[in-house]
Amino acid sequence: MKDAALPMPTQRVPATPLWRHPLARPLAALALLLAVAAVFVPGFFHLEIKDSHLYGSLVDILNRAAPLMLAALGMTLVIATRGIDVSVGAVVAIAGTVACVLVGSHGLAIAFAAALGAALLCGLWNGLLVSVLGLQPIIATLILMVAGRGLAQLLTDGQIITVYEPASFFWLGAGHLLGLPVSIFVVALVAGLTALLMSRTALGLFIQTVGINPVAARLAGVRTAAIVFFVYVYCSLGAGLAGLMISSNIKSADANNAGLLLELDAILAVTLGGGQLSGGKFSLAGSLIGALIIQTLTSTIYAMGVPPQVTMVVKAVVVFAVCISQSSFWSRKSA
Amino acid sequence: MKRLLSAPSFTAWVSVALMGVLFAAGATGYTGFASTQVVLNLLIDNAFLLVIAVGMSFVILSGGIDLSVGSVLALTTMVAAWLLQVAQWPAELVIVIVLLGGAAFGALQGLIIHVFKLQAFIVTLAGMFLARGLCFLISVDSITIDAPLFVTLSQTQIPLFSGAFLSPGALMALAVLGAGLWIAHCTAFGRTVYALGGNEASALMMGLPVGRTKIAVYGLSGFCASLAGLLFSFYMLSGYGQHAQGVELDAIAAVVIGGTVLTGGYGYVAGALSGVLVLGLIQTLIAFDGTLSSWWTKIVIGALLFVFCAVQRLLSLKKAGA
Repeated sequence: MKDAALPMPTQRVPATPLWRHPLARPLAALALLLAVAAVFVPGFFHLEIKDSHLYGSLVDILNRAAPLMLAALGMTLVIATRGIDVSVGAVVAIAGTVACVLVGSHGLAIAFAAALGAALLCGLWNGLLVSVLGLQPIIATLILMVAGRGLAQLLTDGQIITVYEPASFFWLGAGHLLGLPVSIFVVALVAGLTALLMSRTALGLFIQTVGINPVAARLAGVRTAAIVFFVYVYCSLGAGLAGLMISSNIKSADANNAGLLLELDAILAVTLGGGQLSGGKFSLAGSLIGALIIQTLTSTIYAMGVPPQVTMVVKAVVVFAVCISQSSFWSRKSA
Repeated sequence: MKRLLSAPSFTAWVSVALMGVLFAAGATGYTGFASTQVVLNLLIDNAFLLVIAVGMSFVILSGGIDLSVGSVLALTTMVAAWLLQVAQWPAELVIVIVLLGGAAFGALQGLIIHVFKLQAFIVTLAGMFLARGLCFLISVDSITIDAPLFVTLSQTQIPLFSGAFLSPGALMALAVLGAGLWIAHCTAFGRTVYALGGNEASALMMGLPVGRTKIAVYGLSGFCASLAGLLFSFYMLSGYGQHAQGVELDAIAAVVIGGTVLTGGYGYVAGALSGVLVLGLIQTLIAFDGTLSSWWTKIVIGALLFVFCAVQRLLSLKKAGA
């Protein structure tokens, strides 16, 4: 994953010391957290093979972080264009619901295709509002955030839909491949493809350009509207896939609670990974590490027996700390 | 007609008209809808939302956004319930403490936004997490309030003409609206808020107290949120960390539907009332219909939000083109 980190100028400078590397801080935070977990949670690093599957807290964290990582990848690109997508959780609910409603009657392939199609429509809607109509991203995506869960509830008539068969439906969220959870491979595949797209084509550069200065980018001939449109569609598709994964894992669709507050965790993952909310600077690998930090934190707090709601306070403090440390306030002082 | 369309207050009038249309639809479609008490119940049930929307109006007028209000409301109910029931403090003291606490919470967010030049939405998002998390640190369960003052305020009905009544909470909300109108349109602070939302750089160059105003705006919003929390606890007689999930979105929707432009600098605090009433009417209509399920509320609010944002945007494009 690490070599897939993107065209970032700082990486090309040969004399950059290791600790100034953009991924150094998130990695250090993750290492610190793992160290804390190792001290307080007995058997945290213990891995064992049962029924030819690898089990352990670390595998569990990777598995549970998978939907968040998918959402964070999309959010990374959206934030890189100075945008924000708060409808991620609602799209998760819609995609999961569509899949669960259809899988019984129409089969797996059609259910998955329809769920991703619904996510695609959500992305097109967001993209349309932001890039064509020119609404502020937070408001444009707020509309879907409010209405999306209502639409999902409309599909299920307010009920939680439970899926009993086919068993292949549970493979994506709870299955194993080569002894590891399938979700890990899905994330690796999506992240790998995205990283290739960003580093081997000009798209990554264009996204950065739009984030740094949209007007200058447009005047320089970058098709800003198309780029912005793309990132919202991409983000929704990632959220749709995350929704499928969550539904498949819990074997049901809960229109009210599936993916609740996932957008906030995704935004947090991006900020933790070194992406800047003012746009232009992003790191896919950093966001993935950010997502892992959040999941490690949640799992550790659970395992320590502290009420899980405390994670919210910790997350809030972390967001404040990261944002304040990124602030231009400090550079102005030192200059 | 053309002049009406190009007037910047167009969307504000649309919301007033929409209110009339919704009410007329209810009155013709359902028996018992066109009673004074139904209208007054709109105010009673949405008093807390109106108070939050007034605070949110100031924030949005200044070009910012405050996502923490719903959580601050929940935290207020929780702190008030804990102080009253567990610590057994006198109700009057508790009220003063939570109001000051809410204002301080908001002002602190404003301070962070201003000093560190951070985006309002990320700071208030973190504030939202913090306040919700603090609720659960106090207790993960709901705490019932039985302090005499709260119970009295909850049960008092202030009689108006011909048997109709209002709750003390609704009266307080109307008083807050009145105070909000006065602050926005008759004080130097109000004019500074508009100037700040219009163009922060110009406001700074004009020598206006930008930093102080920004902090005060978020402080005001925090104060309104905790007052709304008090009204909510009069209404529910309990403190709970899950209270008022998503109220920040309702408040933003109400402010936008009331005709305030989201980019700041233009709008009316009075729009908070028409926005809240439109949302309340939709809920009442759905409740009266009986066959429509509650999720239609979300869908309709989303659709209205879209229509109003799109109209605002198209109008501003037209103005820029002309």
